[in-house]
Amino acid sequence: MEMIKKIFNKSSLLVPLVSILLGLLVGALAMLAGGYDPLLAYGSLFKRVFGSSYHMGETIRAITPLIFTGLAVAFAFRTGLFNIGVEGQFIMGMTGATLIGVLLDLPWYLHGPLAILTGALFGGLWAGLVGYLKAKRGVNEVISSIMLNWTALYLANYIVTKFLLEPGQQKSRNVHESALMSIDWLVQLMDKARMHWGTFVALACVLVFYILLWRTKQGYELRAVGHNPDAALYAGMNVNRTIVKSMFISGVFAGLGGVFEILGVFGNQTVLAASVGYGFDGIAVALLGGNTPIGVLLGAVLFGGLSYGSNGMSFGAGVPSEIVRIVIGSVIFFVAAHGIVKFILKPLKLKRSDKSKEAA
Amino acid sequence: MKKTASLMLMLVLSISLVLSACGVDKKNNNGGSQGGSEPEVVSDESGKDFKIGMVTDVGGVNDRSFNQSAWEALQRLSKETSAETKFLESKGEADMEPNLNNFVREGYSLTWGIGFLFTDAILKVANENPDAKLAVIDAVVDAPNVASVTFAEHEGSFLVGVVAGLMSESKKIGFVGGMEIPVIKRFEAGFVAGVKAANPDANVKVVYTGTFDKPDQGKSAAATLYNDGYDIVFHAAGGTGNGVFNEAIERKKNGEKVWVIGVDKDQSLEFGDEVTLTSMMKGVDAAVHKISKDLIDGNWTSGTQELGLKDDAVGLPETSKKNVPEDVLKKVDEFKAKIISGEIVVPGE
Amino acid sequence: MNQNETVVQLKGITKRFPGLVANDSIDFELKKGQIHALLGENGAGKSTLMNILFGLYQPDEGEIWINGKQTVISGASKAIELGIGMVHQHFKLVQPFTVAENIVLGEEPQKGLTIDYKLANRKVKEISEQYGLKVDPQVRIQDITVGMQQRVEILKTLYRGADIVIFDEPTAVLTVQEIEELLEIIRGLAAEGKSIIIITHKLKEVMALADAVTVIRRGKVVATVDDMADATEEKLAGLMVGRDVSFKVEKQQSNPGDVVLDVRDLTMNGDQGKKVLNGMTFQIRAGEILGIAGVDGNGQSELIYGITGMRKTHGGTVTLNGNDITHLTPREISKSGVGHIPEDRHKHGLVLDFSLSENMILGTYFDERYGRHGFLDFKMMDKTAQELVTEFDVRSSGISTHARALSGGNQQKAIIARELHKNPDLLIAVQPTRGLDIGAIEFVHKRLVEARNQGKAILLISFELDELYALSDRIAVMFEGRLTGEVDAHERDDAKLGLLMTGSGKREG
Repeated sequence: MEMIKKIFNKSSLLVPLVSILLGLLVGALAMLAGGYDPLLAYGSLFKRVFGSSYHMGETIRAITPLIFTGLAVAFAFRTGLFNIGVEGQFIMGMTGATLIGVLLDLPWYLHGPLAILTGALFGGLWAGLVGYLKAKRGVNEVISSIMLNWTALYLANYIVTKFLLEPGQQKSRNVHESALMSIDWLVQLMDKARMHWGTFVALACVLVFYILLWRTKQGYELRAVGHNPDAALYAGMNVNRTIVKSMFISGVFAGLGGVFEILGVFGNQTVLAASVGYGFDGIAVALLGGNTPIGVLLGAVLFGGLSYGSNGMSFGAGVPSEIVRIVIGSVIFFVAAHGIVKFILKPLKLKRSDKSKEAA
Repeated sequence: MKKTASLMLMLVLSISLVLSACGVDKKNNNGGSQGGSEPEVVSDESGKDFKIGMVTDVGGVNDRSFNQSAWEALQRLSKETSAETKFLESKGEADMEPNLNNFVREGYSLTWGIGFLFTDAILKVANENPDAKLAVIDAVVDAPNVASVTFAEHEGSFLVGVVAGLMSESKKIGFVGGMEIPVIKRFEAGFVAGVKAANPDANVKVVYTGTFDKPDQGKSAAATLYNDGYDIVFHAAGGTGNGVFNEAIERKKNGEKVWVIGVDKDQSLEFGDEVTLTSMMKGVDAAVHKISKDLIDGNWTSGTQELGLKDDAVGLPETSKKNVPEDVLKKVDEFKAKIISGEIVVPGE
Repeated sequence: MNQNETVVQLKGITKRFPGLVANDSIDFELKKGQIHALLGENGAGKSTLMNILFGLYQPDEGEIWINGKQTVISGASKAIELGIGMVHQHFKLVQPFTVAENIVLGEEPQKGLTIDYKLANRKVKEISEQYGLKVDPQVRIQDITVGMQQRVEILKTLYRGADIVIFDEPTAVLTVQEIEELLEIIRGLAAEGKSIIIITHKLKEVMALADAVTVIRRGKVVATVDDMADATEEKLAGLMVGRDVSFKVEKQQSNPGDVVLDVRDLTMNGDQGKKVLNGMTFQIRAGEILGIAGVDGNGQSELIYGITGMRKTHGGTVTLNGNDITHLTPREISKSGVGHIPEDRHKHGLVLDFSLSENMILGTYFDERYGRHGFLDFKMMDKTAQELVTEFDVRSSGISTHARALSGGNQQKAIIARELHKNPDLLIAVQPTRGLDIGAIEFVHKRLVEARNQGKAILLISFELDELYALSDRIAVMFEGRLTGEVDAHERDDAKLGLLMTGSGKREG
């Protein structure tokens, strides 16, 4: 729980908050320059996110996949790997879940779990392949995982069109009811927003991430390899196997994200014209969160909330999406470059410590 | 080291976010009429109690294609009738449903979903909100409160196929499609039939890039076709098709004789007469305008309408005269008459 | 040139850091053409003082006089302007740039808008000839030895017109030969009229080089010696540590038992197909220390990687207590009774971003003692770490401190504690005192001899002949991947050793 304490100590909470404020301020300047009303725009943003139970629910729905992909990127990062292939692993997770959900017809207590496991495994193996190539062949994981992103996209489209296609449509047949992961009572409660179990699984994954890395021997190995592979070798760890394992686990997180988009949100898989983008957003989320589990959660909330809420700015204040992106971009910039914020805060802090010195 | 690296990455990410925002060009809320040449429209105030919303697909409102056409139609309507119009852009498929709901829950009189990707979302929102009215382009949604509009793209494509068949010097004609989906297959089938009807010796090569938003892939597909001696390329590939135009423009500059046939809108206005032979116009704006206007005038009808040659919802633009000779256009008109009369039935797949 | 002209005078310099007075009203005086050693243990405040002189820190109190004028040195550029240059311990060079490019970096001769490389090369050549610092201006930094890189650093300061050159622990990274060459260079610079300050804790170098010594302990000047005739190594060491230090390691005649490590014909192929180990054969018995002498880069590291399983061997056998361990994994070898104090404590010995307590189980974390069912038992880890930290006097602000925050000596103590705690039959110690100060060296030596007395077999690899002679019961010499002979550890004969180390004495021994 040391982690949590670390995250919630005063200064580390202050810096991100100031960062967000600064980002919003710069965004406001951009809007003023474009002739839009920033107050109305931010009001609309908050209204879109918090204004009704439906939108709150949908915001949570938008945040959920980002938690998964953020965790995936952060986990690999902890082991010294840059998993830029989360996108592809996410798509493989979708495809695995769709395959089981559409082709099999099982009782619900088997069907759902099997679909989830298959999707998670698809994502894990897809990432594990990257790890294997790095460990055994020395292929840089960035390159191989980018290539596998494309492979995953086209493979998923091939599988959908070849085996699962709804006739006359550009999407798979619907997943059987027994595999769906929506939470009906919560959907009703949140005024038909698409609520699903994935959100809870994502929160559980945050915990798993923490326990696995900081409480188990496996995590000890993963972190040792991440910090210093030479010392890990010296300590008798199998560095290559650890790399494959780390990528596999990272891919499982990514795959789970894809699984719940299918089983929780859409209920079928469309033939994708382009990548879904959650994987790349996951990189931003992981970096925002400093690669810690709680940080990833908060980063996903920020990122997901902003991007879902941004349409509110267009709707309520007529701000074009280009300027909305400047606003989001500047918030992320300041959160990420918190060094700048610390620099700005420094004189304030010094003053305060001077005062306390005088008092003492 | 790692910290610096991640910081750098973050910087690049956020900068690229901002830059990509800057890259997309302006004209959001002033799309509407091209330039100021049109006479000022005086509103008849008939629609001032109506609010009409539209949700774009991932292409966004500036896609120079049907999202933009639809929005232009709504803006025109707003000028004519004082109806309030608004759009929301979908960043991903998951956004479509909440965006539709946004309008529906704000009490909009009519909400449009532009494009076949809206099929599921429109159906769900329509069922959940039986009092709301929705409409969709390019898809058929079976619900009592939804108006679905589809186009007989194959009929229009047949006519541009005739132009290509008669004008190709190499007798080799290319077709670049976006994704291999039913709508685009209709374009292909009509086009091929048109070419064969006009010139049985001509050869049509069909290429699918698999995307609607990758101009680079359109460019390389066009390059391959032109290199192999195909001198006219018809694209039905949305943003990917912009790449086809760019390739043609470069080649034209080097003195090659190549042509592109545009799609959805009169693309010669955008890419110039030098390379645009003609375009297969799809009356998205007309359809959006008509159905929205019907609502204001109290003539709302749900259900599916397929708009074709007889409705003037597909066909060639006036500007075709510049590059297409009189006799070819005459031939086109003959075929058009035959299709409307039912003498020729254009295959749709 | 007046030898008694004072070029640097520091008066009452005080510098405080939170919770620590790094410099406590220090007085220091450097005369023209003098080589002045600043002697003290790690953390005594030498580097702080020199960083103040070089403008990197501002003193809280005190005055700086340069060439008879009181000055404020606001930054490194101001220091350079005043003719002060600093050769840092960790070189600040751009690896892919050439020697000349590095030297002129920041003050490139211009020709229009471009850099005049011809002029740069010529200038560099001129300076290097003037001071006898032989370098090739056109090779890249990444392709030259550490000793050469240091010359480049020295040339950089000279190129910028330094008259006062500060050397920060200049010999820490050099081989024996390179040290000799460096001392020559420094003497040459002094003869040219440059004034030199050398920060060090190595007494031998002080005795060999310095005209004057200032000894600092815990931020205070404890002695200034102007006449080296008065100084002895023992006396300086005593001043430095604050108590009497014995250089002689107390040890009885060894009493070897059974063979513990038996290496036969061990070979290993290098990356370029060359054999980096070429038939190593030797034995170590329980209760004896075998020292291996040799010039760095003759296969010493590879020998250790081979024995510990960190790298694949391509022939021969390694037997431990009669069991073949040649092709086992590093973990299996470690478990069968091998402890290893690695050559590079940052690269191999520690995970610097792990806490002390996590580092203490680096090679044993898989043991059931530290947790069952795959989970870590933090209580047990902390208990072990606390015991070891106390027993081996590892100074830190607690066992949850990151290893990075520890001084080099304490890091090394932690590693030794961990490896001895495994109670191995064979202890491998590679350069166990590299970069440590006298107090720490004494400690490490004592521990190694204790381990030997307890009946462990110890394989010691060191580039310090003093250390080898002080500790070893037998000394073998390694050259180009094989042993070229053995010398008597009790009768020092540097000449014979030198021959063996360069491969000339192959037939002897």
